[in-house]
This record gives sequence, structure tokens and C-alpha cells, in this order.
Amino acid sequence: MLEEGFPEQAIRESDCSVLNYTFDWSVLWREPYGELLLTGIFTTIHLSLLAWVLALVVGILVGVARVLPNHLTRLVGFSYVQLFRNIPLLLQLFIWYFVLPLLLPRPAQSWLYRNVPDLPYFMSVVGLGLYTASRVAEQVRAGLASCPSGLYEAASASGLSTFHVYRYVILPYALRIIIPPFTAEFLTCFKNSALAMTIGVMETTGASYQIDSLTYHGLETTTAASLVYIAITLSVVLFMSWVERRVWLHGMIGRRS
Amino acid sequence: MDWNVITRNFEFLCGGLGLTFQLAAISMVGGLLLGIILGLARLSSRKWIFVPATLYVNLFRSLPLLLVIFWFYFLAPLIIGRPLGDFLSVIIAFIAFEAAYFAEIVRGGIQSIPRGQLEAGYSLGLRYHRIMLHIVLPQALRNMIPPLVTQCVIIFQDTSLAYVIGLKEFLRRVSITDLREFRSVELYLFAALVYLAICSLGATLSSRLERRKSIHSERYGKAILPVEAPC
Repeated sequence: MLEEGFPEQAIRESDCSVLNYTFDWSVLWREPYGELLLTGIFTTIHLSLLAWVLALVVGILVGVARVLPNHLTRLVGFSYVQLFRNIPLLLQLFIWYFVLPLLLPRPAQSWLYRNVPDLPYFMSVVGLGLYTASRVAEQVRAGLASCPSGLYEAASASGLSTFHVYRYVILPYALRIIIPPFTAEFLTCFKNSALAMTIGVMETTGASYQIDSLTYHGLETTTAASLVYIAITLSVVLFMSWVERRVWLHGMIGRRS
Repeated sequence: MDWNVITRNFEFLCGGLGLTFQLAAISMVGGLLLGIILGLARLSSRKWIFVPATLYVNLFRSLPLLLVIFWFYFLAPLIIGRPLGDFLSVIIAFIAFEAAYFAEIVRGGIQSIPRGQLEAGYSLGLRYHRIMLHIVLPQALRNMIPPLVTQCVIIFQDTSLAYVIGLKEFLRRVSITDLREFRSVELYLFAALVYLAICSLGATLSSRLERRKSIHSERYGKAILPVEAPC
């Protein structure tokens, strides 16, 4: 009887220990972990901002190349977008981090390993930035295409040069149209920065995963990481809708307070 | 360069691709079904339906997919008391996550249908669910097809994230093979080529459908509006 009952009880006890998860929220600020999480949050922020700057520069160039009346630039722009949009970002990060250094000639390779202080971080910025650029390029193209052609014709009819048409008429209009999709793209970029953990960057998700593997308090750390993402997303959305209202022009369809 | 590494491990890699397709297909179907329900709920005038659906969509749209996968993989067992298993937990995470994106596509598609259609349905004496099922949804679904195909391409790429919890889908198998053979360059470039081929096919399909739709609506779009009113 006793021998039969014993393992049963052991099973029940182990079940209880699974169900009775004891919360210990102090892992979020206790000595080494709090700093890890805080550094992770800052890493997420500056990683996604840097990648966003790169994405804006490359994306606007590629997007404009796709609408220029030149077959070569159009082809280059099209190939760029196809290439970067149709390969998963995770694989792109692997290629930047694992494959690219191997493809370089040996001296360049050793220079890279010796002189770039934080290679995973650097490669994440490049990978995330160039990936986001392909999405930005599509939004730029859509924004330019959404300008009514009458706008362009009227501006050139009034004697403006091509540069001035873009500078004073098309761009002020197109940039305002582009704000909402750009906000969405920035948020995608910001969320995608979580993938950098797979190549060893300790950003928010990476830090929360790290703390979980050190303390087994994943419920608290994942909750904290989720709240961080939600808070930053919410503040970006609120800030951008304020910007949108500030630059709103009469006659444009837009959100009013 | 030693491209034989791919032929040597071809069967192993193909098995991973099969699993990737399976993951993608289940997430697409499940995500779309849940997404249609959520999208309709987002348009509901009843507050107790509208508010939870909106909260759900905004919550999942502000989290990275990676974090959602972790939620279901590490933390669901703690809540329900037993491990879910790799495949099931990833599937649930994908469906829950993608449904939020599908919901926005569905909402956009339904809102692209002129309100007059709804009113016309009401004046014919149809109930709300009849109008939705027989008048609005068939047209809205047609409008939604290009963004839905785009979203399916995104889901196919997103399945690569199952890598992080060790599910042996395509990318994981590529990296396992790499650990065994030390051929990063060939293997990862091959994987990129495979994803590129499959996803470009989807992207081309989507843009072709988009173009056909715009030609179609240019030709026939106006015919819908001036319906002769039965006096």
C-alpha cells in the first residue's frame, strides 16, 4: 500500500510545484538583472533608431529610383525591393553575421573582427536597416504615386523647374501623406529589432530571455518586456498623431483632433 | 565552395521545408478564420464586442512575434500546468499573432464597401448577418485578396522564427546542417535562394491580382453604383 501510494504522491507534489508558480517580481530590479533589463531597453531603442535612419536614407533613394523615368534605376530599385523583402529577416541577419565575414578576403575579415567592437550589434543595425529600407521604399513609391498628376502638371505649367516642383509642391504634399505608413514601418522596425537577440545582441527580448534562463522567472520578465514594447509603441503612436495634426493642411483628408 | 553539401543533406532539408509549409498553411487558415471574426467584431456597434476585439488587435500588433512565441512556449505550461509541445505552442502563437493582422485587413476590406450596400440590404428587409454573409463579405473578400496574399507571404517568412524554440523547420535544419558540416556560406545562401523563390512567387501573384482588380474596378466599378431604384 505504502509503496504504491508513494509515487502517486510524488507526482501530485510535482504537479503542484508547476501550478504553484511563485511570483518574484524583484528579478526585474534585483542586482545584476535590473541593469541587464535596463541596458536591454536602451539597446532596443538605439538599435531600432539607428536602423531606422539607415532605412530612411536607403529606402528613400530606392523608392525614388523606382519612379524615375530611367529603366536602369527602376530595375535596380525593383531588384533591391524584391531581394530584401522576400528573404526572412532572421535569415538575413544570419547572412550578415555568419556568412558575410567569410566571403570577405582574409585581411578584410581579420580587420573586421579586430576593429568593429560589437560585431553582432553592428550587423543587426545593417541587416535590420537594409531590410526595413525595402519596405520604406515601397511606401515612398506609393506616396509619390498617390500625388495627383494634376499637381505635377499645374506646378510645371506655372514655370517651376523639376527640382522646384518636387521641392515646393510634390514633396510637401507627399511627405504628409507618407507620415502614417512611415509610423507603421518604424514600429515594425522597432518590433523586428527583437530578432537581433538570435545573433547575440542583448536587447529587451534577449535580456528577458537571459534573466529567465538565470532565474526561471520567465513570467515576470516576459511580462515586463511586453509592457516595454507596448509602452514605447503607444508613445510613438501618440507622438506621431500629434505631429500629423501639427502639419495637417486645409483640404487634406486627415485625422482632426 | 562545396555545393555538394546541399545534395548530401537534401532529404533532411526538404523535410524541414515540408514542416515550414505545414506551419504556414495552418497559421494562414487559423489566422484568417480568427481574423475574420475579430475584424467583424472591430466593426461592431456593441461596446462589449468592440472593446475586447480592439484591445486584442492592438495588443498583439504592438508585440514582436518573437515575444509572443516565448509567451506561449515558456509560459503557457506554467499557466495550464503541462507542456504544450513545440509544434502546438508555435502554431497557437502564430494563429494568435497573425489573426490581429488579418483582422485589420478584413476590417479595411469591409470598410472599402460603400455604406449604401448595407442600407440597400436593410431596405430589402435582410438581417445584418445575411447582408454581411451574402452582400458585403463576398465583395470585401475580393478586395482583400491582394493584401491577404501579401500577408501569407509574410507568414511564410515568419515561420522561420520557430527557429528560436528549436522546432526543426527549414531554417533550423539549415543551421543544424551547418553545425555538422561547417559550410555556412553555401547553406545559408541556398536557404536564402529557396525563400526568395517561394516568396517572390507569392509577391508576383499578389501584384498581379492587384493589377487585375484595379482594371476590373475601372471597367465595372461604376456599374455597381447607379442601380435603378424600383419605384
